[in-house]
Amino acid sequence: MIDPIDREYLSALCLTRAGLRLDADKSYLIESRLGPVARREGFATPETFIEVLRQGGDERLSWAAVEAMVLPETEFFRDRGVFPYLAAEVLPALVRARGDQPVRVWNTACGTGQEIYSLAMLLADTAGLAGRIELYASDLSERSLEKAQAGIYSQFEVQRGLPARMLVRHFEKRGEAFQLSPRIRQMVRWRRVNLMDDLSPFGQFDLVLCRNLLVQLAPEALGRVHGQLKGALAPGGRMVLGLKDPTGDFAAVAPETGVFAHAA
Amino acid sequence: MKTCLVVDDSRVIRKVSRRILEDLGFEVAEAADGVEAMAWCTAVMPDLILLDWQMPVMDGLQFLKRLRAEPGGGGPKVVFCTVENELDRIREALDAGADEYIMKPFDGSIVAGKLDYLGLCA
Repeated sequence: MIDPIDREYLSALCLTRAGLRLDADKSYLIESRLGPVARREGFATPETFIEVLRQGGDERLSWAAVEAMVLPETEFFRDRGVFPYLAAEVLPALVRARGDQPVRVWNTACGTGQEIYSLAMLLADTAGLAGRIELYASDLSERSLEKAQAGIYSQFEVQRGLPARMLVRHFEKRGEAFQLSPRIRQMVRWRRVNLMDDLSPFGQFDLVLCRNLLVQLAPEALGRVHGQLKGALAPGGRMVLGLKDPTGDFAAVAPETGVFAHAA
Repeated sequence: MKTCLVVDDSRVIRKVSRRILEDLGFEVAEAADGVEAMAWCTAVMPDLILLDWQMPVMDGLQFLKRLRAEPGGGGPKVVFCTVENELDRIREALDAGADEYIMKPFDGSIVAGKLDYLGLCA
Protein backbone atom coordinates (compact mmCIF):
# COMPACT_ATOMS: atom_id res chain seq x y z
CA MET A 1 0.00 0.00 0.00
CA ILE A 2 1.32 3.42 -0.95
CA ASP A 3 2.33 5.54 2.03
CA PRO A 4 0.12 8.66 2.45
CA ILE A 5 3.20 10.87 2.27
CA ASP A 6 4.26 9.27 -1.02
CA ARG A 7 0.72 9.68 -2.32
CA GLU A 8 0.73 13.35 -1.41
CA TYR A 9 4.06 13.84 -3.15
CA LEU A 10 2.78 12.17 -6.31
CA SER A 11 -0.49 14.12 -6.15
CA ALA A 12 1.43 17.39 -5.97
CA LEU A 13 3.67 16.32 -8.86
CA CYS A 14 0.69 15.43 -11.06
CA LEU A 15 -1.13 18.63 -10.15
CA THR A 16 1.74 21.00 -10.85
CA ARG A 17 2.90 19.26 -14.03
CA ALA A 18 -0.38 18.36 -15.69
CA GLY A 19 -3.27 19.56 -13.54
CA LEU A 20 -4.25 15.98 -12.76
CA ARG A 21 -6.31 15.09 -9.71
CA LEU A 22 -5.36 11.98 -7.75
CA ASP A 23 -8.21 11.07 -5.46
CA ALA A 24 -7.18 9.89 -2.01
CA ASP A 25 -9.72 7.08 -2.18
CA LYS A 26 -8.06 5.71 -5.31
CA SER A 27 -4.62 5.00 -3.90
CA TYR A 28 -4.82 1.50 -5.38
CA LEU A 29 -4.65 3.10 -8.82
CA ILE A 30 -1.25 4.56 -7.95
CA GLU A 31 0.16 1.10 -7.34
CA SER A 32 -1.46 -0.48 -10.39
CA ARG A 33 -0.40 2.30 -12.76
CA LEU A 34 2.95 3.25 -11.27
CA GLY A 35 4.12 -0.33 -10.68
CA PRO A 36 4.76 -1.20 -14.36
CA VAL A 37 6.55 2.13 -14.95
CA ALA A 38 8.69 1.62 -11.84
CA ARG A 39 9.67 -1.86 -13.04
CA ARG A 40 10.37 -0.58 -16.56
CA GLU A 41 12.71 2.03 -15.08
CA GLY A 42 14.51 -0.56 -12.98
CA PHE A 43 12.89 -0.01 -9.58
CA ALA A 44 11.63 -2.93 -7.52
CA THR A 45 8.58 -1.12 -6.15
CA PRO A 46 6.57 2.09 -6.68
CA GLU A 47 7.87 3.25 -3.29
CA THR A 48 11.53 3.11 -4.34
CA PHE A 49 10.60 4.86 -7.56
CA ILE A 50 8.90 7.70 -5.67
CA GLU A 51 11.88 7.92 -3.32
CA VAL A 52 14.15 8.64 -6.29
CA LEU A 53 11.65 11.12 -7.71
CA ARG A 54 11.73 12.99 -4.41
CA GLN A 55 15.45 13.49 -4.75
CA GLY A 56 14.65 15.48 -7.89
CA GLY A 57 16.77 16.26 -10.89
CA ASP A 58 15.44 13.63 -13.28
CA GLU A 59 12.83 15.29 -15.45
CA ARG A 60 12.30 12.22 -17.60
CA LEU A 61 11.44 10.06 -14.60
CA SER A 62 9.13 12.70 -13.17
CA TRP A 63 7.22 12.90 -16.45
CA ALA A 64 7.11 9.11 -16.69
CA ALA A 65 5.38 9.06 -13.29
CA VAL A 66 2.91 11.79 -14.26
CA GLU A 67 2.11 10.14 -17.58
CA ALA A 68 1.47 6.85 -15.82
CA MET A 69 -1.27 8.48 -13.78
CA VAL A 70 -3.30 9.57 -16.81
CA LEU A 71 -6.19 7.20 -17.36
CA PRO A 72 -5.17 5.38 -20.54
CA GLU A 73 -8.64 4.14 -21.40
CA THR A 74 -9.42 4.67 -25.08
CA GLU A 75 -10.77 2.74 -28.02
CA PHE A 76 -11.75 3.17 -31.64
CA PHE A 77 -15.07 5.01 -32.14
CA ARG A 78 -15.49 5.42 -28.40
CA ASP A 79 -19.10 6.39 -27.59
CA ARG A 80 -20.63 5.00 -30.74
CA GLY A 81 -22.75 7.91 -32.00
CA VAL A 82 -20.07 10.59 -31.75
CA PHE A 83 -17.86 9.94 -34.77
CA PRO A 84 -20.60 9.28 -37.35
CA TYR A 85 -22.22 12.54 -36.19
CA LEU A 86 -18.96 14.44 -36.64
CA ALA A 87 -18.44 13.00 -40.14
CA ALA A 88 -22.04 13.40 -41.28
CA GLU A 89 -23.00 16.75 -39.74
CA VAL A 90 -20.28 18.73 -38.00
CA LEU A 91 -17.38 18.44 -40.44
CA PRO A 92 -19.41 19.01 -43.65
CA ALA A 93 -20.87 22.16 -42.05
CA LEU A 94 -17.42 23.37 -41.05
CA VAL A 95 -16.08 22.67 -44.56
CA ARG A 96 -18.90 24.73 -46.06
CA ALA A 97 -18.31 27.55 -43.59
CA ARG A 98 -14.56 27.65 -44.21
CA GLY A 99 -14.90 27.86 -48.01
CA ASP A 100 -11.45 27.54 -49.61
CA GLN A 101 -9.63 27.31 -46.30
CA PRO A 102 -8.86 23.90 -44.79
CA VAL A 103 -10.76 22.88 -41.67
CA ARG A 104 -8.30 22.38 -38.82
CA VAL A 105 -9.05 19.58 -36.36
CA TRP A 106 -7.11 19.06 -33.14
CA ASN A 107 -7.41 15.97 -30.97
CA THR A 108 -5.88 17.07 -27.67
CA ALA A 109 -5.04 14.27 -25.21
CA CYS A 110 -5.10 11.80 -28.09
CA GLY A 111 -3.57 8.99 -26.04
CA THR A 112 -2.55 6.11 -28.28
CA GLY A 113 -4.38 7.56 -31.28
CA GLN A 114 -7.54 5.51 -31.61
CA GLU A 115 -9.87 8.53 -31.65
CA ILE A 116 -8.07 10.63 -34.26
CA TYR A 117 -7.60 7.56 -36.43
CA SER A 118 -11.32 6.80 -36.10
CA LEU A 119 -11.95 10.24 -37.57
CA ALA A 120 -9.26 9.77 -40.23
CA MET A 121 -10.82 6.48 -41.37
CA LEU A 122 -14.27 8.06 -41.57
CA LEU A 123 -12.89 10.97 -43.58
CA ALA A 124 -11.08 8.60 -45.94
CA ASP A 125 -14.37 6.79 -46.50
CA THR A 126 -16.42 9.96 -47.04
CA ALA A 127 -16.24 11.48 -50.51
CA GLY A 128 -15.22 15.11 -50.61
CA LEU A 129 -14.06 15.49 -47.01
CA ALA A 130 -10.57 14.04 -46.71
CA GLY A 131 -8.72 16.66 -48.78
CA ARG A 132 -10.44 19.56 -47.03
CA ILE A 133 -9.49 18.72 -43.46
CA GLU A 134 -6.19 18.86 -41.58
CA LEU A 135 -5.85 16.51 -38.60
CA TYR A 136 -3.56 17.32 -35.67
CA ALA A 137 -3.15 15.21 -32.54
CA SER A 138 -1.26 15.76 -29.32
CA ASP A 139 -0.71 14.16 -25.98
CA LEU A 140 1.26 14.71 -22.81
CA SER A 141 2.86 11.29 -23.07
CA GLU A 142 5.77 10.66 -25.45
CA ARG A 143 5.20 6.93 -25.13
CA SER A 144 1.56 7.24 -26.13
CA LEU A 145 2.52 9.44 -29.07
CA GLU A 146 5.13 6.95 -30.24
CA LYS A 147 2.55 4.19 -30.24
CA ALA A 148 0.00 6.44 -31.94
CA GLN A 149 2.40 7.42 -34.70
CA ALA A 150 3.34 3.81 -35.36
CA GLY A 151 -0.37 3.01 -35.67
CA ILE A 152 0.21 -0.57 -34.51
CA TYR A 153 -2.48 -2.14 -32.35
CA SER A 154 -2.89 -5.52 -30.75
CA GLN A 155 -5.60 -7.96 -31.75
CA PHE A 156 -7.44 -7.02 -28.56
CA GLU A 157 -7.26 -3.28 -29.32
CA VAL A 158 -8.56 -3.57 -32.89
CA GLN A 159 -11.57 -5.48 -31.59
CA ARG A 160 -12.63 -2.71 -29.25
CA GLY A 161 -14.99 -0.41 -31.15
CA LEU A 162 -13.55 -0.97 -34.61
CA PRO A 163 -15.99 -2.53 -37.12
CA ALA A 164 -14.49 -5.52 -38.95
CA ARG A 165 -15.10 -3.88 -42.32
CA MET A 166 -12.92 -0.94 -41.30
CA LEU A 167 -10.25 -3.33 -40.04
CA VAL A 168 -9.94 -5.05 -43.42
CA ARG A 169 -10.18 -1.77 -45.32
CA HIS A 170 -7.61 0.27 -43.40
CA PHE A 171 -5.19 -2.10 -41.63
CA GLU A 172 -2.35 -4.41 -42.60
CA LYS A 173 -1.32 -7.46 -40.59
CA ARG A 174 2.04 -7.15 -38.80
CA GLY A 175 2.84 -10.46 -37.13
CA GLU A 176 0.11 -10.88 -34.53
CA ALA A 177 -0.67 -7.14 -34.54
CA PHE A 178 -2.38 -4.80 -37.00
CA GLN A 179 -1.02 -1.57 -38.45
CA LEU A 180 -3.00 1.26 -39.98
CA SER A 181 -2.24 1.82 -43.65
CA PRO A 182 0.28 4.55 -44.52
CA ARG A 183 -2.56 6.49 -46.16
CA ILE A 184 -4.41 6.84 -42.85
CA ARG A 185 -1.29 7.39 -40.71
CA GLN A 186 -0.12 10.18 -43.00
CA MET A 187 -3.37 12.07 -42.51
CA VAL A 188 -2.40 12.99 -38.92
CA ARG A 189 0.32 15.34 -37.63
CA TRP A 190 1.54 14.69 -34.09
CA ARG A 191 3.05 16.79 -31.34
CA ARG A 192 3.68 16.55 -27.60
CA VAL A 193 1.56 19.20 -25.89
CA ASN A 194 0.78 19.83 -22.24
CA LEU A 195 -2.58 21.57 -22.09
CA MET A 196 -1.37 23.47 -19.01
CA ASP A 197 1.19 25.28 -21.20
CA ASP A 198 0.48 28.29 -23.40
CA LEU A 199 -1.38 26.97 -26.46
CA SER A 200 -1.50 30.23 -28.45
CA PRO A 201 1.50 29.33 -30.69
CA PHE A 202 -0.58 26.55 -32.22
CA GLY A 203 -3.22 28.93 -33.56
CA GLN A 204 -6.92 28.20 -33.65
CA PHE A 205 -8.84 25.13 -34.74
CA ASP A 206 -12.32 24.62 -36.18
CA LEU A 207 -12.89 21.37 -34.32
CA VAL A 208 -11.21 20.52 -31.01
CA LEU A 209 -11.61 17.12 -29.39
CA CYS A 210 -10.74 16.88 -25.72
CA ARG A 211 -12.50 13.78 -24.52
CA ASN A 212 -12.30 12.22 -21.07
CA LEU A 213 -9.38 14.31 -19.85
CA LEU A 214 -11.20 17.20 -18.14
CA VAL A 215 -12.91 14.75 -15.80
CA GLN A 216 -9.46 13.78 -14.52
CA LEU A 217 -8.31 17.34 -13.76
CA ALA A 218 -8.08 19.03 -10.40
CA PRO A 219 -10.52 21.93 -9.93
CA GLU A 220 -7.69 24.47 -9.89
CA ALA A 221 -6.44 23.20 -13.28
CA LEU A 222 -9.84 22.76 -14.87
CA GLY A 223 -10.53 26.47 -15.21
CA ARG A 224 -7.16 27.06 -16.85
CA VAL A 225 -7.62 24.22 -19.36
CA HIS A 226 -11.18 25.30 -20.15
CA GLY A 227 -9.80 28.76 -20.89
CA GLN A 228 -7.01 27.34 -23.02
CA LEU A 229 -9.46 25.26 -25.05
CA LYS A 230 -11.71 28.28 -25.57
CA GLY A 231 -8.71 30.17 -26.87
CA ALA A 232 -7.81 27.34 -29.24
CA LEU A 233 -11.33 27.07 -30.66
CA ALA A 234 -11.93 29.30 -33.68
CA PRO A 235 -15.10 31.41 -33.82
CA GLY A 236 -17.90 29.19 -35.15
CA GLY A 237 -15.88 26.09 -34.28
CA ARG A 238 -17.03 23.02 -32.40
CA MET A 239 -15.67 21.54 -29.19
CA VAL A 240 -16.05 17.81 -28.54
CA LEU A 241 -15.93 16.72 -24.91
CA GLY A 242 -16.26 13.32 -23.26
CA LEU A 243 -19.75 12.53 -22.05
CA LYS A 244 -18.65 12.81 -18.40
CA ASP A 245 -16.41 15.85 -18.82
CA PRO A 246 -17.30 19.13 -17.08
CA THR A 247 -18.48 21.44 -19.86
CA GLY A 248 -17.57 24.81 -18.35
CA ASP A 249 -19.37 27.62 -20.15
CA PHE A 250 -19.30 26.00 -23.57
CA ALA A 251 -22.74 26.08 -25.17
CA ALA A 252 -24.44 22.78 -25.94
CA VAL A 253 -24.91 21.95 -29.64
CA ALA A 254 -25.53 18.21 -29.42
CA PRO A 255 -24.68 17.30 -25.83
CA GLU A 256 -25.62 13.63 -26.31
CA THR A 257 -22.58 13.39 -28.58
CA GLY A 258 -20.47 15.78 -26.51
CA VAL A 259 -20.51 18.54 -29.17
CA PHE A 260 -20.34 22.11 -27.88
CA ALA A 261 -19.58 25.59 -29.19
CA HIS A 262 -18.46 28.95 -27.84
CA ALA A 263 -21.07 30.54 -25.60
CA ALA A 264 -23.01 33.24 -27.45
CA MET B 1 -35.97 -11.83 -25.25
CA LYS B 2 -33.50 -11.98 -28.16
CA THR B 3 -32.14 -15.39 -29.07
CA CYS B 4 -28.60 -16.44 -29.92
CA LEU B 5 -27.30 -19.69 -31.35
CA VAL B 6 -23.70 -20.40 -30.35
CA VAL B 7 -22.05 -22.67 -32.90
CA ASP B 8 -18.70 -24.06 -31.79
CA ASP B 9 -17.21 -27.55 -31.51
CA SER B 10 -15.54 -26.62 -28.20
CA ARG B 11 -17.76 -27.21 -25.20
CA VAL B 12 -15.66 -24.77 -23.18
CA ILE B 13 -16.10 -21.97 -25.72
CA ARG B 14 -19.84 -22.66 -25.87
CA LYS B 15 -20.03 -22.43 -22.08
CA VAL B 16 -18.04 -19.17 -21.93
CA SER B 17 -20.07 -17.68 -24.79
CA ARG B 18 -23.33 -18.72 -23.16
CA ARG B 19 -22.39 -16.95 -19.93
CA ILE B 20 -21.43 -13.74 -21.76
CA LEU B 21 -24.54 -13.74 -23.92
CA GLU B 22 -26.90 -14.54 -21.06
CA ASP B 23 -25.38 -11.63 -19.14
CA LEU B 24 -26.21 -9.48 -22.18
CA GLY B 25 -29.83 -10.61 -22.01
CA PHE B 26 -29.92 -13.30 -24.70
CA GLU B 27 -31.65 -16.66 -24.59
CA VAL B 28 -28.92 -19.04 -25.76
CA ALA B 29 -28.99 -22.31 -27.70
CA GLU B 30 -25.93 -24.33 -28.69
CA ALA B 31 -24.77 -26.34 -31.69
CA ALA B 32 -21.48 -28.21 -32.12
CA ASP B 33 -21.16 -27.92 -35.92
CA GLY B 34 -22.76 -26.46 -39.03
CA VAL B 35 -25.17 -29.36 -39.56
CA GLU B 36 -26.57 -29.05 -36.04
CA ALA B 37 -26.78 -25.31 -36.51
CA MET B 38 -28.72 -25.67 -39.78
CA ALA B 39 -31.19 -27.94 -38.00
CA TRP B 40 -31.75 -25.26 -35.36
CA CYS B 41 -32.16 -22.52 -37.95
CA THR B 42 -34.55 -24.56 -40.08
CA ALA B 43 -36.77 -24.92 -37.01
CA VAL B 44 -36.50 -21.29 -35.86
CA MET B 45 -34.19 -18.49 -36.94
CA PRO B 46 -32.36 -16.88 -34.01
CA ASP B 47 -31.65 -13.14 -33.83
CA LEU B 48 -27.92 -13.73 -33.57
CA ILE B 49 -25.49 -16.51 -34.45
CA LEU B 50 -22.03 -16.61 -32.88
CA LEU B 51 -20.14 -18.82 -35.29
CA ASP B 52 -16.84 -20.68 -35.12
CA TRP B 53 -15.00 -21.31 -38.39
CA GLN B 54 -13.15 -24.63 -38.08
CA MET B 55 -15.62 -27.35 -37.10
CA PRO B 56 -16.17 -30.96 -38.14
CA VAL B 57 -18.97 -32.04 -40.49
CA MET B 58 -19.78 -28.53 -41.81
CA ASP B 59 -17.50 -25.57 -41.08
CA GLY B 60 -18.62 -22.05 -40.28
CA LEU B 61 -18.16 -20.60 -43.75
CA GLN B 62 -20.08 -23.44 -45.41
CA PHE B 63 -22.84 -23.01 -42.83
CA LEU B 64 -23.02 -19.26 -43.40
CA LYS B 65 -23.34 -19.65 -47.17
CA ARG B 66 -26.07 -22.26 -46.71
CA LEU B 67 -27.85 -20.10 -44.14
CA ARG B 68 -27.89 -16.99 -46.33
CA ALA B 69 -29.41 -19.05 -49.19
CA GLU B 70 -32.26 -20.31 -46.98
CA PRO B 71 -35.65 -18.56 -46.84
CA GLY B 72 -35.35 -16.13 -43.92
CA GLY B 73 -31.64 -16.87 -43.69
CA GLY B 74 -30.76 -13.24 -44.20
CA GLY B 75 -32.43 -12.38 -40.90
CA PRO B 76 -29.98 -13.43 -38.21
CA LYS B 77 -26.95 -11.28 -37.51
CA VAL B 78 -23.93 -13.54 -37.84
CA VAL B 79 -20.75 -12.84 -35.90
CA PHE B 80 -17.80 -15.09 -36.61
CA CYS B 81 -15.87 -16.01 -33.48
CA THR B 82 -12.74 -17.86 -34.48
CA VAL B 83 -8.97 -18.22 -34.18
CA GLU B 84 -8.66 -17.26 -37.86
CA ASN B 85 -7.04 -13.83 -37.68
CA GLU B 86 -5.71 -13.13 -41.16
CA LEU B 87 -7.29 -10.16 -42.92
CA ASP B 88 -8.03 -12.24 -46.03
CA ARG B 89 -10.04 -14.67 -43.92
CA ILE B 90 -11.98 -11.83 -42.29
CA ARG B 91 -12.69 -10.36 -45.73
CA GLU B 92 -13.85 -13.78 -46.94
CA ALA B 93 -16.26 -14.09 -44.00
CA LEU B 94 -17.69 -10.60 -44.53
CA ASP B 95 -18.10 -11.22 -48.26
CA ALA B 96 -19.99 -14.43 -47.47
CA GLY B 97 -22.50 -12.49 -45.38
CA ALA B 98 -21.03 -12.23 -41.87
CA ASP B 99 -22.05 -9.04 -40.08
CA GLU B 100 -19.11 -8.87 -37.68
CA TYR B 101 -16.01 -10.78 -36.74
CA ILE B 102 -14.36 -11.67 -33.43
CA MET B 103 -10.87 -13.12 -33.21
CA LYS B 104 -10.22 -15.52 -30.34
CA PRO B 105 -9.26 -15.12 -27.58
CA PHE B 106 -12.15 -12.82 -26.72
CA ASP B 107 -13.93 -11.53 -23.64
CA GLY B 108 -17.29 -10.09 -22.71
CA SER B 109 -16.32 -6.51 -23.52
CA ILE B 110 -15.43 -7.43 -27.10
CA VAL B 111 -18.69 -9.34 -27.60
CA ALA B 112 -20.71 -6.49 -26.04
CA GLY B 113 -19.00 -3.93 -28.28
CA LYS B 114 -19.67 -5.88 -31.43
CA LEU B 115 -23.31 -6.45 -30.51
CA ASP B 116 -23.71 -2.79 -29.61
CA TYR B 117 -22.39 -1.87 -33.06
CA LEU B 118 -24.93 -4.24 -34.62
CA GLY B 119 -27.73 -2.70 -32.57
CA LEU B 120 -28.30 -5.89 -30.59
CA CYS B 121 -27.51 -4.61 -27.10
CA ALA B 122 -29.93 -2.75 -24.90
